[in-house]
Amino acid sequence: MNVIEIKNLHKTYNTSQVAVKAVNGIDLSISKGEFTAVVGPSGSGKTTFLNMVGGLDRPTSGEVFVDGVNIWELSSRKLIDFRLRNIGFVFQSYNLIPVFTAKENVEFIMQMQGWDAKKRFERTKKLMDEVGLGDRLSSRPGKLSGGQQQRVAVARALASKPKFILADEPTANLDSHSTENLLDIMERLNMEEEITFIFSTHDPRVMKKARRIVTIEDGKILSDERKEAEVAH
Amino acid sequence: MIFILSWRNVWRNKLRSGVMITAMALGICAGIFSTAFYMGMADQRIDKAINTEISHIQLHKPEFLRSNEISAYIPDAEATRAEINDMEHVAGVSNRIVINSMVASAETGAGVRIVGIDPQNESATTTLHEKVVEGQYFGADRRNQIVIGQKLAEKLKVRLGSKVVITLQDVGNNITSGAFRIVGLFNTVNTMYDESNVFVLRKDLIRLTNLPKHSGHEIAILAKEIDDVEDLQKSLAGQFEGLTVRNWQEISPEMNYLNEAMDLYMYIFIVIILIALLFGIINTMLMAVLERTKEIGMLMAVGMNKGRVFSMIMVETIMLALTGGVFGVALGAFISKYFETHSIDLSLWGEVYANLGYDPFVYTSLDWMLLVNVTLMVIGAGIIASIYPAIKALSNDPADALRIE
Ligand SMILES: Nc1ncnc2c1ncn2[C@@H]1O[C@H](COP(=O)(O)OP(=O)(O)OP(=O)(O)O)[C@@H](O)[C@H]1O
Ligand SMILES: [Mg+2]
Repeated sequence: MNVIEIKNLHKTYNTSQVAVKAVNGIDLSISKGEFTAVVGPSGSGKTTFLNMVGGLDRPTSGEVFVDGVNIWELSSRKLIDFRLRNIGFVFQSYNLIPVFTAKENVEFIMQMQGWDAKKRFERTKKLMDEVGLGDRLSSRPGKLSGGQQQRVAVARALASKPKFILADEPTANLDSHSTENLLDIMERLNMEEEITFIFSTHDPRVMKKARRIVTIEDGKILSDERKEAEVAH
Repeated sequence: MIFILSWRNVWRNKLRSGVMITAMALGICAGIFSTAFYMGMADQRIDKAINTEISHIQLHKPEFLRSNEISAYIPDAEATRAEINDMEHVAGVSNRIVINSMVASAETGAGVRIVGIDPQNESATTTLHEKVVEGQYFGADRRNQIVIGQKLAEKLKVRLGSKVVITLQDVGNNITSGAFRIVGLFNTVNTMYDESNVFVLRKDLIRLTNLPKHSGHEIAILAKEIDDVEDLQKSLAGQFEGLTVRNWQEISPEMNYLNEAMDLYMYIFIVIILIALLFGIINTMLMAVLERTKEIGMLMAVGMNKGRVFSMIMVETIMLALTGGVFGVALGAFISKYFETHSIDLSLWGEVYANLGYDPFVYTSLDWMLLVNVTLMVIGAGIIASIYPAIKALSNDPADALRIE
């Protein structure tokens, strides 16, 4: 079953001089439990593509279905709520709330979803354990390394029990050790909990870990390769 | 959690928020202190007017109030006085003969209100006797004694012991005059009052004017408590139907307006202070929102809806305003309370205030409701100030915001 169904997606940015066709006709299906890397040179349209899939940037044309819901037909209010309940985000520059502790950053999402305090705390603890930061619950982001912050961000993305997690260049700001560590965690969550990950990257080491690599150039899919290790459903 | 988030965000830029909070606190403190100061001044003015000039309730013939004619006297005023004196809530009653006339010295003359009193009764009703600063408040049984204001004495160029001549019309409309010796000079600090009121003995005035022995024009009453005035006025009005019974607010409406007008002015003043501060708050919050464009974009991306973003900014703004407000209110209340018992000496400018009937030593008067109202106004200002920054925050597009490096 496909979690994400993308049909003939286009995005044109109209700048003052030229119209930039950032994404120029992408069709793609992603099924539950996939671990997909979106790769391509700088400016090829990766971020634009992921933003449209994640409900952040409205396509010029085309459709995105998440579990059968055409997300760009939702009202903007409903779309925000849809993101809250169905999509997890991890950003290149972590983007944690600096005045919140690690625990509060993770909990915040659940609170907006209306979880009660006790359940919230239990799940936060569990997620923080999963990303290996069970002992840093009350640290603020400023007191954590980049790698640790990004792990908190992964825990935050997981908090909403999303249908999939989008990560735009999650390792771009990390050193190789932290990159390795983060990917291991993502891979384990993918294998053990069947979390669907879509991430973009430049880094060959990161690509190696992916089981499906979608290469984009000039806003189009150049190749779509699956590795033999792909899990059989 | 929005509250925790907003509160911590207030302190994110400590210097910027600190400056704003300090400005807020000082502005509010100044507003509260000024209000307490001017209210204190007004209260003192009213107290003094009641104690030395008008007392709580006055009774007159209706005709007297219209014409001030000598003939509009209350024939059995003394009996009425005695009756009222025995009533509940009454602290003192004074029966007065009041004639508008001329007083002249060897040098010059002045139009004055001549008030004929019985010193003991008057002392129970007003504090005139305490205001005598030279000589005495009527002496042993000598005829034609007069007590005048120091200011009037200066104007007439007379001194204690000098003689002045009072000229007036008697009940038969004949011009008559009498020489009076100044036995006392008073000073109530209200220059206008001091220049236009002179006091003589009622019996001397009766002899001079041929008024009936027990008559009077004005019966002034001091109640035991100002809160008794209303009840007392009612029962007096029922009992003495031929007379007009007025309370201090009716006698001197400007005293009542003084309080109300002062109150209104002070609120306008505080609102002006708040409007000035409002722009500071808007500026502070706009900077905060601008700085956090990326973070707000992130929050919207992960599913914070517009209502929550709006509340987050609004709560933060209110907290910023209220922190300053609470400090300001506390400081203002503290200072105002202190000066309720320690006077502020304005005697350097005393002359100006005295001419208007104000005491040069001001005690502040703090109304607790003011603190409540100011706090509510600060919250209101916070809400108003938050609207524009919150709209700015909402205008962020998450996709654009997240592209910011
Ligand atoms: N808001 C925008 N307005 C105009 N043009 C834009 C905007 N955002 C992106 N573009 C353009 O769209 C194209 C695709 O950009 P995008 O950021 O999606 O590429 P990318 O593959 O993510 O690149 P990178 O690897 O450098 O992150 C680029 O040419 C870029 O300049
Ligand atoms: Mg990109």
